[in-house]
Amino acid sequence: MNTEVLRSYLPLFTEAFLLTVKIGWIGIALSFLIGFVCAFIRYFRIPVLTGIVKGYVELFRNTPLLIQLFFIYYGLPAVGIRVSAEVCGAVGLGLLGGSYMTESIRSGLEAVPYIQTESALSLGMTKTALFVHVILPQALSISVPALVANLIFLLKETSVFSAISLMDLMFTAKDLIGLYYNTTESLVLLVLFYILMLLPVSIAGSLIEKKARFKMFGD
Amino acid sequence: MSEILRVEHLKKSFDELMVLDDINLSVQRGEVVVIVGPSGCGKSTFLRCINGLEEIQEGRVLLGDEVINPAQKGTNKHREKIGMVFQSYDLFPHKTILENTTLAPQKVLKRKKDDAEKEALELLDRVGLASRKDSYPRMLSGGQKQRVAIVRALMMHPEILLFDEVTAALDPEMVREVLDVILDLAKQKRTMLIVTHEMAFAKAIADRILFLDGGQVIEDGDPKQFFESPRTERAKKFLSTFEYDRS
Amino acid sequence: MGFEVLFKGKNLIRLLGGVGVAMKISAVSVLISIVLGIVIGMIMTLKNPVIRAVTRVYLEIVRIMPQMVLLFIVFFGVTKLTGLNLSAEAASIIVFSFWGTAEMADLVRSSMISIPVIQYESSAALGLTKLQTYLYVIIPQIIRRLLPLSINLITRMIKTTSLIMMIGIVEVLKVGQQIIEANRKSSPHAAFGVFAVIFLLYFLVCWPISKLAGYLEKKWEN
Repeated sequence: MNTEVLRSYLPLFTEAFLLTVKIGWIGIALSFLIGFVCAFIRYFRIPVLTGIVKGYVELFRNTPLLIQLFFIYYGLPAVGIRVSAEVCGAVGLGLLGGSYMTESIRSGLEAVPYIQTESALSLGMTKTALFVHVILPQALSISVPALVANLIFLLKETSVFSAISLMDLMFTAKDLIGLYYNTTESLVLLVLFYILMLLPVSIAGSLIEKKARFKMFGD
Repeated sequence: MSEILRVEHLKKSFDELMVLDDINLSVQRGEVVVIVGPSGCGKSTFLRCINGLEEIQEGRVLLGDEVINPAQKGTNKHREKIGMVFQSYDLFPHKTILENTTLAPQKVLKRKKDDAEKEALELLDRVGLASRKDSYPRMLSGGQKQRVAIVRALMMHPEILLFDEVTAALDPEMVREVLDVILDLAKQKRTMLIVTHEMAFAKAIADRILFLDGGQVIEDGDPKQFFESPRTERAKKFLSTFEYDRS
Repeated sequence: MGFEVLFKGKNLIRLLGGVGVAMKISAVSVLISIVLGIVIGMIMTLKNPVIRAVTRVYLEIVRIMPQMVLLFIVFFGVTKLTGLNLSAEAASIIVFSFWGTAEMADLVRSSMISIPVIQYESSAALGLTKLQTYLYVIIPQIIRRLLPLSINLITRMIKTTSLIMMIGIVEVLKVGQQIIEANRKSSPHAAFGVFAVIFLLYFLVCWPISKLAGYLEKKWEN
């Protein structure tokens, strides 16, 4: 391994890393937003929208991100809808993640025992107070492990962005391997930057999982 | 004495199955009514109908002169006036004991936090749990949880209290501590409707016994008379299930 | 809308052939992962500290490294380091099996340790031998927990197989691109139709499998 090469590649990888992280986290924020809205729609059984949400969740959970991105980035312009690679990456990740978040949040909501609803109602609480103070906090603490798993899954999925010519980590690595054959150095930097992106989240996730349970239930 | 609760021709069925069939009841202020009967006789459903947790098919439930109907808006206004404690420990697991007892007063009655906490501590002290105010429900025994659930219901200053087999899921040695709290409430002349399987307790606390079987009121009257010389065969048969002999 | 392209000549057959390539790689990887995953999962329940540490590192690598990165390491890195000329197909089977085995092993391990001790004790109290206990009491319960989860893993592996085009394997996406390219003049909207159909094809493969997993999970809930 050549440290000179490593050093000269570092700025390129740093730039690619920042881009990957930026689009990744925008997509993840979007996926939480979609997830909450869709989970509420399903939990409250809002007519018509419930059917649409079900269809959306099935469709995006059962197809790969790569195909979703290809469809949005290369397919949609043929019918006049054109977005930049960055927007496509964030939106694609958001849609994929949204379908996973919906299921995780919804199953958390449904795991709260019905007696909780009844006892809050029998104390005279309104439906809103019941949902905000009793159901939602419990549901979220149940969902934490699933949400953390989704988060890690989505950060890993950012590695697919290069398929739509986003200058992300994968793209940069592939480019440099193709141009200069410095395979080892490129791969080492690629792995290091992905560790940098995911290890803190993985560790923080495990801590949050433990803490959520500790705090919520006082063990 | 004045009437506080009135049930008229109440009918309730789940699909085809008739669970409550033409129930009539009038409860006076300060009265303790104990409802007994074999499993599946509709006792719990009856309490749930009174609290508007179940929709009813016929008849009506009146609290004072207001009709309780879960199909209409504003049921939560009536529920404020009715306290209910369930069989399973239904405390909010994500809140401490103090938070459990002060959440509804703050959110529903819009009371100040300090004010609600002060009262909660007094009531918790009365049931011997003031020292556990910062514990979470999981750290408490079943009997302790039920005592907290009673305090939580009392914090709403209900006009009437409903107890749905509150000791059924408890270990025998914890039954007593919960029943003592309820006995204490009876001494304070609180209006209560109690569903229970504890016959000795029923005998001690009841002003009046309601015997339900097959969704109907079979006997309604004085506890002494009910336990010593029940009028109907069904009541005799029910009471005999609590006796043991080796013949 | 560009769907007409698919009915020209052998285009649809070619596209389905591309799906076949992806499915073949998925199937081989799934089989290897299930067999190795069961073995390694069982080893992971042992209390040996060395085994624990090694498997822990293995699981953590798989947990945080994108499959795409693993694919690059094996396809480009191994070739470079060993001088061995690894085909793209072989590289992808190695990577997906490496990843799938870890996931499967973790499922096997968690299903195994989720069986309460009382199940072993009450079987022993009934006079069942160790073999009988496993055969009639423990393993059926493990399978009920494991099967829906491993079927879900299969759909995840099929979806991940879509990555193989990134290391140059001609599968459905690549075939799709070729079709679009070849018909650029006659059907300018082909991209929409072709990618929509590929989208649908993946859905048609994965959806029934996840439905089956969901059905089994519900059926065996208690």
